[in-house]
Amino acid sequence: MKAHGIVHKYGDNVDTDVIIPARYLNTADHKELASHCMEDIDKDFVKTVKEGDIMVANMNFGCGSSREHAPIAIKASGISCVIASTFARIFYRNSINIGLAILECKEAAEDIEKGDEVEVDFDTGVITNITKNHTYQAQPFPEFIKEIISKGGLLNSLKK
Amino acid sequence: MGMTMSQKILAKHAGLEKVVAGQLIRAKLDMVLGNDITSPVAINEFNKAGFDGIFDKDKISLVMDHFTPNKDIKAATQCKQCRDFAGKYDITNYFDVGDMGIEHALLPEKGLIGPGELCIGADSHTCTYGALGAFSTGVGSTDMAAGMATGEAWFKVPSAIKFNLTGKLSKYVTGKDVILHIIGMIGVDGALYRSMEFTGEGLSSLNMDDRLCIANMAIEAGAKNGIFEVDDITLEYCKGRVNRPFDIFKADDDAEYDEVIDIDLSTIKQTVSFPHLPENTKTIDEITEDVKIDQVVIGSCTNGRMSDMRIAAEILKDKHIAKGVRCIVIPGTQKVYLDCVKEGLAEIFINAGCVFSTPTCGPCLGGHMGILAAGERAVSTTNRNFVGRMGHIDSEVYLASPAVAAASAVAGKIAGIK
Repeated sequence: MKAHGIVHKYGDNVDTDVIIPARYLNTADHKELASHCMEDIDKDFVKTVKEGDIMVANMNFGCGSSREHAPIAIKASGISCVIASTFARIFYRNSINIGLAILECKEAAEDIEKGDEVEVDFDTGVITNITKNHTYQAQPFPEFIKEIISKGGLLNSLKK
Repeated sequence: MGMTMSQKILAKHAGLEKVVAGQLIRAKLDMVLGNDITSPVAINEFNKAGFDGIFDKDKISLVMDHFTPNKDIKAATQCKQCRDFAGKYDITNYFDVGDMGIEHALLPEKGLIGPGELCIGADSHTCTYGALGAFSTGVGSTDMAAGMATGEAWFKVPSAIKFNLTGKLSKYVTGKDVILHIIGMIGVDGALYRSMEFTGEGLSSLNMDDRLCIANMAIEAGAKNGIFEVDDITLEYCKGRVNRPFDIFKADDDAEYDEVIDIDLSTIKQTVSFPHLPENTKTIDEITEDVKIDQVVIGSCTNGRMSDMRIAAEILKDKHIAKGVRCIVIPGTQKVYLDCVKEGLAEIFINAGCVFSTPTCGPCLGGHMGILAAGERAVSTTNRNFVGRMGHIDSEVYLASPAVAAASAVAGKIAGIK
């Protein structure tokens, strides 16, 4: 399993209130949520994002509210993978549970810049920055989590 | 090596003698919680996965608190979906407008969480119940759906930071000042993935409302859970509320902690978090400039309990809020609301020029009932001051205790109280 796309880059402590502001939480519609994704910190995101693009940020990405609407909005906007130095734990859990690929890699998060073309190999954890010709090693998923993702999310993994 | 309080609760619910930090476990749940924003997503997932039953109708709580009383048609539709689901599965603890409260004020008040229990909630402030000596943590809607169906959840066993509390709080210094002080010290990711365990002789000066407030904001330091050692104050609170047997877990003497932080409560001062992160704290005497304000909010799952209402009323009694300031007081539950009426606090708030509202999360997350315009500033007893949290992205939220918030409402600028 691989992801390949252009990078949208953010800083530290990107919270779920800016990923999807609470004023839009009166709906659970994935497309509608995606249409407001990142609106409060990056007005251009929804205009420029393309299917398969990759989101990269620094420390504590997804902190704050437990709203699953945040990873849903990111996934439904077309993002194929999020890479950050660290993730807030509820966001990390939610992403796995809904099948949004997510990798912790400080080296990649610090070196990759906006607009870089990046490829991610989830089986090995190798992240390749094609623009800069750099590679970085992330921890591949532990078995337990691989099983949830390979079955298409937590609920599918629980189906009898 | 021994176990922490959190690890012992997880081990018991996983049916294991022992767990260690980093271990992945499946554990049985005593309570699964959702609200009017997170439950609809969970219900959709529950239905999509083809589940046709819930694990226990008494161990699920659905609380309509965020956008209620319904702020618009979409919010009304989401509540209706929850109401229909609760009706279909005969969920005992469904709380609608009229008997609801803000979820994390309501569940402890109703005795729905007890010491040693394991709870997940599709709301990040579910960590509040650690005040009762429970392991309680926020999750997303998919975990909630799986929890409702199976009564279980997966966990990675956390390591922990121990907070050893000594001394006594000064007058007008509360649990809110303690937790803002701690977040200022360790940062918004200072406890990332870990437990924050509170113990020490200083516990005796913290009432349940202080503890609920401190545990509530553990998530603001990135923690998986905050938990207090059970003592006489906890047991007194549980009396008449938690009418079932419960277990009390103490950390082993040789439990392994990543860090031990000593806090002398007598040294803590009134504290304010400046925009746009809870870690941007200043003590009241460090604020030298005038920070003029447009709005004050007193309430929320952090500070909407009776002692919060009482301290705010004590400061607002026979005073009037400053010209040009709006002050919105929101009791956390119907019971707190009624007690405010009975004790004459409602009258004090109204005479001081405040709005006195039915319980709702409303303004805390910029939902309704007190949204800020561009350029406006609020002092709020809520828990987050992120960009755009209470309204326009160019508005500002300053987090503080009910005492500081009430004093600021009177002064028209950020102010402490002596």
